[in-house]
Amino acid sequence: MCGINLTLIRYWTLHNADWHGESVTDKTTTMAEAIAAFVHDGDTVALEGFTHLIPTAAGHEIIRQGRRDLTVVRMTADIVVDQMLAGGCVRKLVSSFVGNSSAGSLGELRRRIERADPEPLEFEEYSHYGMIGRYLAGAQRLPFYPVRSYGGSDLPSVNPGLRKVRSPYDDGEQVYVVPPVNPDVTIIHAQRADRSGNTQVWGLTGIQAEAVYAAKKAVVVVEEVVDDDVIRRDPNRTLIPSHAVDAVVACPRGAHPSFAQGYYDRDNAFYRGWSAISADPARLRGWLAEWVLGTRDHPEYVAKLGERYWAGLAVDDALSLPVNYGRRRENTR
Amino acid sequence: MTSTKDTTSSELLSVVASRELAGKRTVFAGIGLPTLAASLAHLTVAPELEIVYESGVCGAHPSHLPETIADAVLITGAEAVLSMPALFGNVLQGGHIDVGFLGAAQIDRWGNLNSSVIGDWADPAVRLPGPGGAMEVMANSGEVFVVMRRHDPRSFVDQLDFCTSPGPDRALADGIRPLGAGVTRVITDLGILARPGVGEPLRLVAVHPGVTAGQVRAATGWPLEVDGDLATIEPPAAAELRRLREQVDPGRVYLR
Repeated sequence: MCGINLTLIRYWTLHNADWHGESVTDKTTTMAEAIAAFVHDGDTVALEGFTHLIPTAAGHEIIRQGRRDLTVVRMTADIVVDQMLAGGCVRKLVSSFVGNSSAGSLGELRRRIERADPEPLEFEEYSHYGMIGRYLAGAQRLPFYPVRSYGGSDLPSVNPGLRKVRSPYDDGEQVYVVPPVNPDVTIIHAQRADRSGNTQVWGLTGIQAEAVYAAKKAVVVVEEVVDDDVIRRDPNRTLIPSHAVDAVVACPRGAHPSFAQGYYDRDNAFYRGWSAISADPARLRGWLAEWVLGTRDHPEYVAKLGERYWAGLAVDDALSLPVNYGRRRENTR
Repeated sequence: MTSTKDTTSSELLSVVASRELAGKRTVFAGIGLPTLAASLAHLTVAPELEIVYESGVCGAHPSHLPETIADAVLITGAEAVLSMPALFGNVLQGGHIDVGFLGAAQIDRWGNLNSSVIGDWADPAVRLPGPGGAMEVMANSGEVFVVMRRHDPRSFVDQLDFCTSPGPDRALADGIRPLGAGVTRVITDLGILARPGVGEPLRLVAVHPGVTAGQVRAATGWPLEVDGDLATIEPPAAAELRRLREQVDPGRVYLR
């Protein structure tokens, strides 16, 4: 795929003959091409996935390509953010939770915030619902979104984005509001999509749909690209329709160390081990040199972990029962 | 026969917290002690209890004890899995949670919580994880239970370094109408503090056997009022410990 202009790819159409002769745009590309095309120095980049389906492989590719001065928007800033901070990619972080899940601290993040080591980090702090409201306002092109929290909190004193308004209706109640966020690009990970970007997610669906609709561009990284028919046989499972998606990247196991429901389990040992790695700046940079900068792409990272390692994260089947969408009979009307 | 002599601090806090959930219907719980307490309550004093997780899971029926609020075992077999806007907007802000469980680095006498920083926010000595959904749990749950592993003056402070999640008193002072009562119970390794709701400070209402009111006052950073008829907490019973050890956390993931 190297060297092919992505805008050209998006005009390649494949014709699917159905009754109104629609055409389908193929948006599939490689991770390297997608990051090169959609993530630029200084951009605001949202990476979403609430513990489930974290777009780690995309974060790694951003580090490999040496992006700088990014504003990263992510509700739960966890390991992938700590790695991007250590990779020198991030100037500013917008987040509602900055910790290694329940498994300890983020060493690089704490050094940046507590000691400006090796450089300061601008930090904008919200609560979870504050961030959700920002994505909702961003997706719906609203000037703000009201929430019932923040009353009496010290956060508005350190975050001028948090403002109080009075209801224009009779009771005149006061509520806090959060401003919209419209990232230059949102990157999410999902179980599957078709080549045009109809994206299906099951299990925890988090804030991914709103984060995609809030953004100017959206990249969807998937465990597998499937035939159009797979998507169309279960349209209710589509979280994000193709009209909101600009690129589709097949990247199996790209959410490690988080999980993909039905594909592989969360690597809890990796989370627990991260605190020790990130506590030591030299060790953290050594880890990045070996596992991110030292691998050409995510397939190489996956291969380096080895199949025995992946076997430890394998899951057994737990299939849903099919639902019946029904099909109109040919001869009854 | 399950021995009650070697009860750990985690077991003690889980059992005592579980009793507080008697008769409750919906509880918003994070991983660790709150999950243990809620799971035990489900088997004992609150058979109707539904645990709602911050990740969006309602009515979980996990095959294994979850290691995170988003553990895959919570999703497989669950009654519902909701998006973030649905969970925080419809369920939590919609007023469907009876009890929210929270922890914090610091708590003050009004049940306001700090989970953001130790020191100054702009130049902190320690950067903590921050609000997550705690601010919304505080603002919207009917009431909030706090579990604190160590009752000491560093955690039970006269003045918070930073108020992340304010109780209803601070919300009212800011001109915002709170939906819930805020913190009504604080369960610690020394005893239980309680407050009925708005306008009332936390008071010491019960101590573990062998703990004196003086000890708790010394471990608290504000002049702690002590209830006139201070109760002594019934130690975990063999049946409670057996359920906790054999049914709730047989792998001793959290029962350290």
